[in-house]
Amino acid sequence: MTNAPRPENTRRSAPSSGPLRTKPGAVLQHAKIPALIALTALAAVLPLALNPYWTAVFVSIGLGALLSLSLNVILGRAGIFNMGHAAFYAVGAYVTAILNTRYQIPVLWLLPVAGAASGLCALLAARPIIHLRGDYLLIVTVGIVEIVRIALVNDVGGLTGGANGIFGIARPEIFGIRIRRDIQFYYLVWGAVGLTVALFSRLDRSRVGRALSCIKEDDTAAEGCGIDVARYKLLAFGLGAFWAGMAGALFAAKMTIISPGSFTFWDSVLLFAAVTLGGGSQAGAVLGAFLVFGLPEIFRDFASARMLVFGLALMAMMVVRPQGLLPPAPRRYDTRFRARGGRAAGDGA
Amino acid sequence: MDQLFQQLVNGLAVGGIYALVALGYTMVYGVLKLINFAHGDLFTIGAYLGLTLFVAMGSAGTLPGFAAVLPVAVMVMGLTALLGGVLERVAYRPLRKAGRLSAVVSALGASIFFQNAVMLVWGANYEVYPEVMRPSAVIFLFDTGVPLIRLLIIGVSLLLMLTLYGFIHHTRTGTAVRAAAIDQGAAALMGINVNRIITLVFLIGAGLGGAAGIMVGMSYGQIDFSMGFSYGLKAFTAAVLGGIGNIPGAMLGGMLLGLIETLGSAYLTIAWKDAISFLVLILILIIRPTGILGERTAEKL
Amino acid sequence: MNPLLRLTNVTKRFGGLIAVNDVSFSADEGCITGIIGPNGAGKTTLFNLVTGNYAPDGGDILFRGVSLPGRKPHEIVDLGVARTFQSIRLFSSLSVLENALAGRHCRMRAGLLASMFGTAAQRREERAAVERAVQELEFTGLAEFLNDKAGSLSYGNRRLLEIARALASDPVLIALDEPAGSMNQPETEVLVRLIRAVRDRGITVMLIEHDMGLVMQVCEKLIVLEYGIKIAEGSPAEIRDNPRVVEAYLGQD
Repeated sequence: MTNAPRPENTRRSAPSSGPLRTKPGAVLQHAKIPALIALTALAAVLPLALNPYWTAVFVSIGLGALLSLSLNVILGRAGIFNMGHAAFYAVGAYVTAILNTRYQIPVLWLLPVAGAASGLCALLAARPIIHLRGDYLLIVTVGIVEIVRIALVNDVGGLTGGANGIFGIARPEIFGIRIRRDIQFYYLVWGAVGLTVALFSRLDRSRVGRALSCIKEDDTAAEGCGIDVARYKLLAFGLGAFWAGMAGALFAAKMTIISPGSFTFWDSVLLFAAVTLGGGSQAGAVLGAFLVFGLPEIFRDFASARMLVFGLALMAMMVVRPQGLLPPAPRRYDTRFRARGGRAAGDGA
Repeated sequence: MDQLFQQLVNGLAVGGIYALVALGYTMVYGVLKLINFAHGDLFTIGAYLGLTLFVAMGSAGTLPGFAAVLPVAVMVMGLTALLGGVLERVAYRPLRKAGRLSAVVSALGASIFFQNAVMLVWGANYEVYPEVMRPSAVIFLFDTGVPLIRLLIIGVSLLLMLTLYGFIHHTRTGTAVRAAAIDQGAAALMGINVNRIITLVFLIGAGLGGAAGIMVGMSYGQIDFSMGFSYGLKAFTAAVLGGIGNIPGAMLGGMLLGLIETLGSAYLTIAWKDAISFLVLILILIIRPTGILGERTAEKL
Repeated sequence: MNPLLRLTNVTKRFGGLIAVNDVSFSADEGCITGIIGPNGAGKTTLFNLVTGNYAPDGGDILFRGVSLPGRKPHEIVDLGVARTFQSIRLFSSLSVLENALAGRHCRMRAGLLASMFGTAAQRREERAAVERAVQELEFTGLAEFLNDKAGSLSYGNRRLLEIARALASDPVLIALDEPAGSMNQPETEVLVRLIRAVRDRGITVMLIEHDMGLVMQVCEKLIVLEYGIKIAEGSPAEIRDNPRVVEAYLGQD
């Protein structure tokens, strides 16, 4: 085996020059940057071309994308079968609704509170079950989302307003601007999506992200090479729920009225489908949200048949492309320092 | 005391239904390690087909007599079994090698498809089983009035379960099913046609689910297109409770869950009725994840 | 020599089967200790007891004076015991480099927030970890594959990658479960040199192996198991001449 650097390595190996030299550990993503700029620009001008109806649709797709990204941490990256994500979304939305309508705390201040409440609930609920095998965990999370829904309907502690829910939630306000029109929500929600993608992409290529990938692939091997599997699974669960809680807060602010009907098992299923269709990457999670929450809007004229087609499409999709539409690209690391040379024990000794 | 006895009978009747549906989950899980999410919807289809076929058997606007229930049930079981077989072929077989997640999603897709198909064919409103199919006779047992239909359901579900148990444990094919559940590869090496066994398991499970669907219609009168979800989840809970993959476990789990739920909602709280079974499920999985009759196996490294 | 790892009266039962029966021995610091025995003798079970995958039913395992039973596998890796798996358990959809980085995980500190916001310390740590992981890949001769998927490697190279992954965790003791399994002769020769090079780095090696040529060549001390019982212990020369061993093991082969 030779240690001679490959030609491309020699070419690039001039040390301490070029912008990437400052962070060699990061993923090389030259090709991605123009695409990201183009997408951002498109997202920014898109509402100008949309009528009010479609703007509203895009707002709900954006909320769906936030949720899908949050579930992607749990299901897509760590491979934990969570089919009760709506429960965490619900906690965030209800915490926001209750605190806002009772104590008039501004909605945006409640974002971290909603996230924390939801994350905490997720940690408490997941702690005893996190070690369970995939499908067992799935069915338990289904149980959790049903219990939460029933609790909401039963008006626990007289706080949740029973089946009617809570109304009169205030609109959010940023720098004195009251967000009330769909177009304003569009920028708020999609801004949040952009921020989420940026943060989660960073996370993905860090030690934490790698640990989650290892756990997804083989948790025994992950534990065996020094990864605290239970801790990282909980971490993924907590983070995903935290984000879902914040999305719930935005949802409550957008709708101004929430009820248990928005947080059912089927909402969890749709999110699960979005993430799986996406394939595990950030882009996939957003695409999944488009397919699951946007596509049915296009087929609204076929109202009742569209879910039928959706079911068929899910099956067909899994048969044709089980890994999902956009599975995560392999992480690349800058290893140009190798040009300095190394030595293999098997050759030398 | 009277009330308790009545509740016990009610619990066993609903438990028998759960058990029949649970058998479908547990057999499929045993062989494929897959939660067949669409199973609950096959049960719904069974309930609707039962109603439609029964009405169709009458002539010129009149309903047939109660005796027609038997042939209808047989036909329904055959049709749902067939549907179960087709489902396996179309939605699961191509995914056999492709990881669990994709099979789960495909199962969800199938469930959504079936549920909406039922809604399109039979409508979104609930349907009512005619009185003829629901004998209102009351039998006195230990001085307590018990609806005949409940006893009938307990009897029929027990009969079906015992037949299945006999088949699985005392026939060559049944042994092959058990072998395939333990180790598909080894079973194939022993000359067992595993594909045939898997098809068979889907046929039997779906058939029993279809029968359970009719029982729900006959017992409660009302059926609707989304009922497969809650019955399905509870039946799955029952299967886990008894030890998933374990056939007697599904029967035991179904009966137990029926009793727990009925007694719980009679004596504790009706509002939380549907939450009871999920709490049971979560507790079982925390305390004894292998279920009551399941065996603990050491993981091979 | 100092015993680095000491097992005393370790027993493990699976139902009625006693997989490891009252086994005591020690692995000395800087030594290559081999565990041999016929199939089903309890060798891998013994490894799994050391690495925390199984809990012993009796006895104690001390590593540098610390009792291991009751600790989770990842804690034991953290203490300095790294392992490879007999059945090769790589993260096969991840790259070769990422597999090595996974081994480095327990020596890294970056938490959730540092990772999400990419702090300077986190980036520095990542950079160092990549360099270290690449070093181990160079050490095991896998550097040319670092961007390939682990699943695309040959079986021999997969075994080497498991070793690289284990080495990346700065182990004091490395436990190799059949490292030469499915390797051909030239690959085995590279492996022999590698195992010695690992020892020369000051890392204590414990290995299970069926390839008697390799065992006799590299091990300084051998433990022989049969039906979960230790039947002999000694230098390769002593073991070769031990009639009990010849009867139990070599005679069968």
